Amino acid sequence: MSPGTAPATEVAADERIARVGLARRLLIRPELGAVVGAVLVFAFFAAQSPVFRSPAGVANWLDPAATLGIMAVAVALLMIGGEFDLSAGVLTGTSGLILVTLATRFGLNVWLAMLAGLAVALAVGFANGLIVTRTRLPSFIVTLGTFLMLQGVNLGVTKAITGTVQVGGLRRADGYDGASTLLAGTIDVGGTSFRVAILWWLLVTAVATWVLMRSRAGNWIFAVGGDERAARAVGVPAARTKIALFMTTAFAAWLVGSILALRYTSVQANIGIGQEFIYIIAAVIGGCLLTGGYGSAVGAAIGAVIFGMADKGIVFLGWDADWFKFFLGAMLLLATLANRLVRRYAEEVRR
Amino acid sequence: MILETRGIGKRFGSVLALREVSMGVAAGEVLCVLGDNGAGKSTLIKILSGVHQHDTGALLVDGEEVRLSSPRDALDRGIATVYQDLAMIPLMSVWRNFFLGSEPRKGLAFDVARARRVAREELRAMGIDIRDVDQPVGTLSGGERQSVAIARAVHFGARVLILDEPTSALGVKQAGVVLRYIARARDRGLAVIFITHNPHHAHPVGDRFLLLNRGAGMGEYAKADITAQELTALMSGGAELEELAHELRRE
Repeated sequence: MSPGTAPATEVAADERIARVGLARRLLIRPELGAVVGAVLVFAFFAAQSPVFRSPAGVANWLDPAATLGIMAVAVALLMIGGEFDLSAGVLTGTSGLILVTLATRFGLNVWLAMLAGLAVALAVGFANGLIVTRTRLPSFIVTLGTFLMLQGVNLGVTKAITGTVQVGGLRRADGYDGASTLLAGTIDVGGTSFRVAILWWLLVTAVATWVLMRSRAGNWIFAVGGDERAARAVGVPAARTKIALFMTTAFAAWLVGSILALRYTSVQANIGIGQEFIYIIAAVIGGCLLTGGYGSAVGAAIGAVIFGMADKGIVFLGWDADWFKFFLGAMLLLATLANRLVRRYAEEVRR
Repeated sequence: MILETRGIGKRFGSVLALREVSMGVAAGEVLCVLGDNGAGKSTLIKILSGVHQHDTGALLVDGEEVRLSSPRDALDRGIATVYQDLAMIPLMSVWRNFFLGSEPRKGLAFDVARARRVAREELRAMGIDIRDVDQPVGTLSGGERQSVAIARAVHFGARVLILDEPTSALGVKQAGVVLRYIARARDRGLAVIFITHNPHHAHPVGDRFLLLNRGAGMGEYAKADITAQELTALMSGGAELEELAHELRRE
């Protein structure tokens, strides 16, 4: 079977392709582990709780899945590109705080306040990306720095302006109704009301998947995460790709921050802290490698569904909510092990 | 001559990595650059491929003096380099690797169907028999990877193909496969610069041989003027080798 010894005209390739069947093709998809996990988790909770499997129950657990999912998908793209963003969680808080503060304390229209939040979020993402690509420092350290700085700013500025650790009263601001309908409203499907955030989450997942699989940028994302030097050598704009990825995460943080701020009409200054790891965990459950260059946006979205189901399912079963953390850790371990096994199996067979 | 150097040199701090090296390669010709470790082979190709800029001497493309500012600049002038270690991205499929950095577009999208088809056709045209262009490059053998990288450079209109030690990590049979593709690229009218420290790989495929030692050129030889044995002797410094044999015998 030595390649190249066969004449070019001989179509020997076909018979060898046939050996890689459909089952194996599915197995090497990065999102397989997440799909299996999601089915198992759903079966587990649905079997014990009728509420969980009712339409209202589904709407209930899809909601946390949606806000987490928007972030997990963006973080997955960044991780495929070989970087981390620990500041993503706090940045949702920063965006929300800017929105509420500008709209309630400085009388800005809600839409304008959102725009200001977007500008700041994108600037933070750009700064993260620029520092990482210029200094070649690990993004883990760089974004840990921005994480701590933003955490300080969120609390410090909120206290200085309001004297407390939260800002509220967004409902009375100009333009609240329109923005709220668009980002924080609900839609009725067959008598059950679903959060509109679910649609945003599906849209973000669809766009991310298209970019990853069907655009030049997607090819570059896989390449800079897989081997940055090799990518650079064939002319991939590696720095630009990475900066764009950090800005994408920042954009997602702004979207989620705005959705939550409009929904609750107030924002706590410490919101989002600790979430950054949950995004990463969801992305890993979705098949992303910690080392970059491999993963899927759909997988990350399904990873977020697992979280949503566990988050609400534990409540439906009447368990103590503390068990959620245990569940989280167990899922992460299982997912990483499953991913590793699946990948090894797929590659062995193909040799 | 498509690509030519005249008395080219490069220093890194106080280290003279390359001194006064002159060489040239024409279309449809294979120039082998031979030398032991530390002879300056990699410095030379990094200058030719735009990774480093030369300090002294002149670099000529199509007889015109140039300074290559980046690998992209070199590529735009038709100079493609295939590195031994960073030729491909292992986790990505063959077709994704094939078009990396120069993806065909259809509207806004990456024309995936065309990329798959063209990759398959180009590999077949070079006589490279890859089972499945969807398989990750990491599952290919070293020789197959080099071959795909060569086919890619040919497809993207390279006029000069620089190969950095493409055979050094390969077994005898795999190395033979890669040598065959080098010959095929030459037959398609490319100028090939083949860097190696193995005279037995260089001699069958090379038209001319440039020997490097300690950063300086030790002369260029046409194939008719030199045998593989003489190449080996020159590379290792024939006198040194005899002396070594003498020394070892005494012990």
